[in-house]
Amino acid sequence: MKDSKFKKLDWLILPILGVGAVLILWQVVSASVSKELPNPGKTWAASKAYVVEPFAKRGEMDQGILRFTWYSLVLVAKGYALALLIGTPLGFCLGLSKTFAKTFDPIIQILRPVSPLAWLPLGLVLFLGAGKQASELGALFTIAVCAMWPTVLNTAVGVRAVPQDYLNVARVLKLSRTKTLFKVLIPATLPYMFTGFRLSLGIAWLVIVAAEMLTGRPGVGGFLWQEYNALVYEHIILCIITIGIVGFVLDRLMSVIERRFKTA
Amino acid sequence: MRPAFLEVQSVSKAYGANGSRTEVLRDINLSIEEGEFVAIVGYSGAGKTTLMSILAGLLQPDAGEVKLEGQPVRSPGPDRGLVFQNYSLLPWLNVFENVKLAVDEVFPAKSEAERVAHTEEFVEMVNLTAAHDKKPSELSGGMRQRVSVARTLAMHPKILLCDEPLSALDALTRANLQDEIARLSATHKQTVVLITNDPDEAILLADRVIPLTAGPNATLGPSFRVDIARPRDRRALNHDPQFKQIRREVIEFLLRSRKHRQASVTRKLVLPEIEPEDLSVHRPKIGARRRPIRRSEVQREEIQIDP
Repeated sequence: MKDSKFKKLDWLILPILGVGAVLILWQVVSASVSKELPNPGKTWAASKAYVVEPFAKRGEMDQGILRFTWYSLVLVAKGYALALLIGTPLGFCLGLSKTFAKTFDPIIQILRPVSPLAWLPLGLVLFLGAGKQASELGALFTIAVCAMWPTVLNTAVGVRAVPQDYLNVARVLKLSRTKTLFKVLIPATLPYMFTGFRLSLGIAWLVIVAAEMLTGRPGVGGFLWQEYNALVYEHIILCIITIGIVGFVLDRLMSVIERRFKTA
Repeated sequence: MRPAFLEVQSVSKAYGANGSRTEVLRDINLSIEEGEFVAIVGYSGAGKTTLMSILAGLLQPDAGEVKLEGQPVRSPGPDRGLVFQNYSLLPWLNVFENVKLAVDEVFPAKSEAERVAHTEEFVEMVNLTAAHDKKPSELSGGMRQRVSVARTLAMHPKILLCDEPLSALDALTRANLQDEIARLSATHKQTVVLITNDPDEAILLADRVIPLTAGPNATLGPSFRVDIARPRDRRALNHDPQFKQIRREVIEFLLRSRKHRQASVTRKLVLPEIEPEDLSVHRPKIGARRRPIRRSEVQREEIQIDP
């Protein structure tokens, strides 16, 4: 009896225990190893204003945490959309044409592991002429360039994995090229594409922080970097937790959408 | 003489690169009259699907030609309706949409309402109106194959090509669908080529049964005409002397064709260690450097005996 009752609640109890354990570890480390690290209590006290009034705007770099999150999300959405718009067709070309794949695969494999920190300066240089807009365009460029690879590669794999049977159906029905693309290839590739989209979103969210840190734009990452310079270490932790939660929520949302297409 | 409806003239097909080329089909000749139901029986792996793909135009033969109504077949098309072995339904479309896709493609001149009605008619013909909105993943194997048959028949093909349509089904569903295929082909006077590995199925359904010898180099054997009156009753058929005789002859022919292939011996070789290294064994130029194999390390050797 007791055992089954525990089983029913363990989805709630176990994660709480896990969080508790990390909080205790945090407290111990801040008390012993690193005296500069604010303990959980101090962090909460310093962050309360930002959490309780999440949409307050007190100054350019002093705003509620959700307001900052919103700025970051808008920028990510733009960069992510750009990544999908470029990445999906590119993935289709790679999957459909062996020649295309052979030509561009090496360069893709070389560009893929380059860190966002390396792309950002190039992005800024690229849009130097844009004046005030330079930092935004540079950040968008960085997000798009870093986030598109999972979409490109998953789409390409998906297109190559379309069963020959489906293509035979298209051939027997004498479907035109565009019809084959829209009626057979794209629906058959959708599950792979959405896996790519989910991974891309994760990366886009990772990149935003680096991009904001270096460009000093308002947002979670910008706030984090500013508070580090202002020696308010509590807010760094607040930002880390926010980034983590938002990333987790985004991933969950995408996997819900992804699962809807998995039935295929 | 009038040319046959479907004419296959000395078709051959081989797979693989030049070095290790295996001939799958050799010198296939076949002519089929309009309205005839022909069954081709053969071993699995004999090249049945290859033959079907060539008839459908999905594959090009290395030599020879396939002609439908005197016109050479060069590419696939809706006039040769192909029922695939593994159904090949598009999983993101429901039953109706799967059939409709074919109808839309083949009858672009008809109005939307006419095409919907046409689709409904064929969904109903295979008794799937109840499953109209279901996705293929929600259907049993037999139902999926019925959708596939409906999709193919809805195209009004000149000839229906069935590539082992029932081989993935359980025995009861199989019997059920066999009766349905017999009914459909009889009511539509449809020309059918059925490929199967089951001689009983072939004799039950077809006007003519042709065995395909065991591969490689498979070719067609003599035709066996089945003159049993239709509709055929599978229970009565078991006692029909003609059925028994055709069945015996077809199976005997198939077994004989196979015997020729099996005349090979595998034996263990024990050889002294003093032989020189076998330098003719292929080794990769880059990568793991394998030393040449000594004769004594060759565990087995296959010797082909030509009968």
